[in-house]
Amino acid sequence: MHRRQLLASASLLAAGTAFGGRAFAQGGQVTGAGATFPNPVYQKWAEAGRGATGITVNYQSVGSGAGINQIRNRTVDFGASDAPLTPQQLTEANLLQFPSVMGSLVAIVNIPGIEDGQLKLTGELLAEIYLGKITKWNDPKLVELNRGLTLPNLAIAPAYRADGSGTTFVWVSYLAAVSPEWKEKVGVGTSVRFPAGTGARGNEGVAGTVKNIRGAIGYVENAYAVSNKLVTTQLRNKAGQFVKPTHESFIAAAQSADWNAPGMAASLIDQQGATSWPIVSPTFILLPKNPTDAERSRNVMKFFDWAFNNGAQLATQLDYIPLPKPVQDQIRTAWKAEVKANGQPVWNG
Amino acid sequence: MSQATTMTTGARPAAPRRAGSLGDAVFAGACQAAGAFVLLLLGGIIVELFIGGLPAFRAFGLPFLWSTEWDPVSEVFGAGVSIYGTIVTAVLAIIFAVPLAFGVAFTLTELAPPWLRRPVGTAVELLAAVPSIIYGMWGFFLIAPLMAQYVQPTLIDSLGELPGIGGLFQGPPFGTGILTAALILAIMILPFIAATMRDVFEQVPPVYKESAYGLGCTTWEVMRGVVLPYTRISVAGGVMLGLGRALGETMAVTFVIGNANRITTTLFGPGNTIASVVALEFGESETGSLKLSALLALGFILFVISFVVLATSRYLLRSRLKG
Repeated sequence: MHRRQLLASASLLAAGTAFGGRAFAQGGQVTGAGATFPNPVYQKWAEAGRGATGITVNYQSVGSGAGINQIRNRTVDFGASDAPLTPQQLTEANLLQFPSVMGSLVAIVNIPGIEDGQLKLTGELLAEIYLGKITKWNDPKLVELNRGLTLPNLAIAPAYRADGSGTTFVWVSYLAAVSPEWKEKVGVGTSVRFPAGTGARGNEGVAGTVKNIRGAIGYVENAYAVSNKLVTTQLRNKAGQFVKPTHESFIAAAQSADWNAPGMAASLIDQQGATSWPIVSPTFILLPKNPTDAERSRNVMKFFDWAFNNGAQLATQLDYIPLPKPVQDQIRTAWKAEVKANGQPVWNG
Repeated sequence: MSQATTMTTGARPAAPRRAGSLGDAVFAGACQAAGAFVLLLLGGIIVELFIGGLPAFRAFGLPFLWSTEWDPVSEVFGAGVSIYGTIVTAVLAIIFAVPLAFGVAFTLTELAPPWLRRPVGTAVELLAAVPSIIYGMWGFFLIAPLMAQYVQPTLIDSLGELPGIGGLFQGPPFGTGILTAALILAIMILPFIAATMRDVFEQVPPVYKESAYGLGCTTWEVMRGVVLPYTRISVAGGVMLGLGRALGETMAVTFVIGNANRITTTLFGPGNTIASVVALEFGESETGSLKLSALLALGFILFVISFVVLATSRYLLRSRLKG
C-alpha cells in the first residue's frame, strides 16, 4: 500500500517534469498561507496539479491566524483558515471565503484493556472531562455507558493542543455545541483557557502525550489517528446513535450541512442523521475580491477548480472528505460573481 | 628576531602613514558604525517590543505583571503565570545544574589525570552544541515517559506524604511539567556553568594552591579554603550566565512543560514560560489584536528580566573578562 503510494507519487513527479517545459509557459506561480489542518491535502494537490494545470502552488502552513494576517496584507495570493471569518470581517478585508475540503476529529484514549472503537462517549461527557468535572475512568456516568467494558480506577488526564490551532477551534466548537457550561465558561477559539489537563504541541505532541500517559484522552485529526493506529472512541451523535469514526459517517455528516450560510461557513458540527459523525468541519480559503494581479487570482481559482474535479481521490486517500458536487458549483458561481478586476469577472470557467 | 621587530616598528611611521590615512578613516568609521549598529539594533528591539506591547499595558495596567488570567476567547491577558513559570523553572534548573557543574569543574581541574581532562572537557562543551529542539524531543519521548512511570510515582509515594514539602510532590504523574522542564534546562545550561567554573578555577595562581598543599591540606581543603574563596564572584557570574540562558530557552521547554496557564503548588503540575507562550500562540494571533500585543508585552518583560540577569553576570565576571 505504502509502496504503491510511493510509486504513484514518483510517477506523478515524473509526469510533472516531462510536461514541465510546456506547463511553465501557460502556468504560473501562486502563493498561499494559513491553516495547518488541510496542509497535507493541499501539498498533495499542488504536487499532482502542477502537471495538469501548469500552476505551481506554494503553500505554507503557518497557522490560520497568520494566514489571515497575510491575506489581509495581500502578501500572498490566497489565505487559508480553519475557523470561518464572520461576514463583517470578510467585508472589511474585501475577501471571498469558500470551503475547500472537510476533515474530522476523533477522540483518542489510553486506557489499559480498551481497544480501538470500544469505548463509548458522549459530547456532554467529553465536555465534563475537559472541564475537569469527571476525573476517573470508573466514574458512574462512564461505567453506565460502557456496560460491556471494565473501566479501571484510573485518573483521567485530558491532553489538548497547546499551540493555537484550527483543530482546537473545531474541537471546542463541538464541546460548546453540546455543553452550555463549556460555552459559558470557556467558549470557542483557536486557543482557549482549558480548565484541566496538559497541553502539547501539534498533533504529534497530543498523540505522544496520550501514548505516554495511562489514563490520558486527547483529540487529533482522523487522518493522524488512522496513520498512527491510535485508539479512537465511539461518539453519540445528535440522533442518539453511537457511531465509529468511518468515512461513511463523515460523508453522512457532510450531506446534511447547510451551505447557504453567509461566507459559505456551513457548520458540520453535531449534524442530524442517524449515521453522522458529530465532529466534522470544513476548512476555508480566503481570496481577495479585488485582486491586484488578476492572472495570479485566476490561477488560484484554476487550481482549486482542478482540485475539485480531480482531487477527490487524493483527499479521500488522506482521510479528508471532498466537497459534494453542488457545493463545488456554488463556489464556482461565487467566483464568477464576486471576484472582479476592473469590473470584469476574473473567473470565466 | 627582536631586533627585526624593532626595526620594522621603527620604519613604520614614515611612508605608509600618509597613504593609509584615508583607509584608516574608512576602517575606523566602519568599525564604529558596526559597534553603533549593535547598540541601535538592541535599542530598536526594546523600543519595538515596548510599542507593540503598549496596547496590552494600557488595557491591563500594572496588574498585567501578576494577573494569572490568560483567556484568548474573552481577550483577558496576564503575565503572572508565565513569569512565575519562567523564574521557577530557571531557578530549579540552577539548583540542579550548579552542583553538577561544580563536580565537573573540580574533576577537570584537580582530580582527573591530565590525559582525561581534554576529552571530558570537550564532551561537556559539546553539550552546548546540541540544538534545543533535540533536547525537546529527547525530553518528550524519553525523559517524560521515564518520569511518568518511575520517578514521579516513587516521589509521590515517598515524599508526597510528608508535611510541608509533601505538597511539592503530589498530583497525577503526567511525566511533563515544571520539574521535567527544569531537569532538561539543567542539562542544557550545565556546559556554560561548568566551562566558566573550570576557567576561573584554572586562573587561581598555583603558588597559593601549592602553599596550601605545603601546609598539608587535602585536595578538598584546597578547593574549599583557597580556590573557591578566590573565585567565588566569578563563579556566581557563571551561574548568572546559566540563569540567563535558562530564562530564554524556548523549544525544549515547550515540549515538556505541559503548557497550561495555571500556577500549581506541585512540581509535577503543568505550567508555561514566557518563551513557550509566545512560541505557541504567535501563529494564531492576528495583526492588531490585543493578543498579539500581549505577546509582545511578554517579550518585553522577558527582555528586561534577561537583561538584568546578564548585566549582573557581566558585572560579577568583570575581573575575569578583563584578564
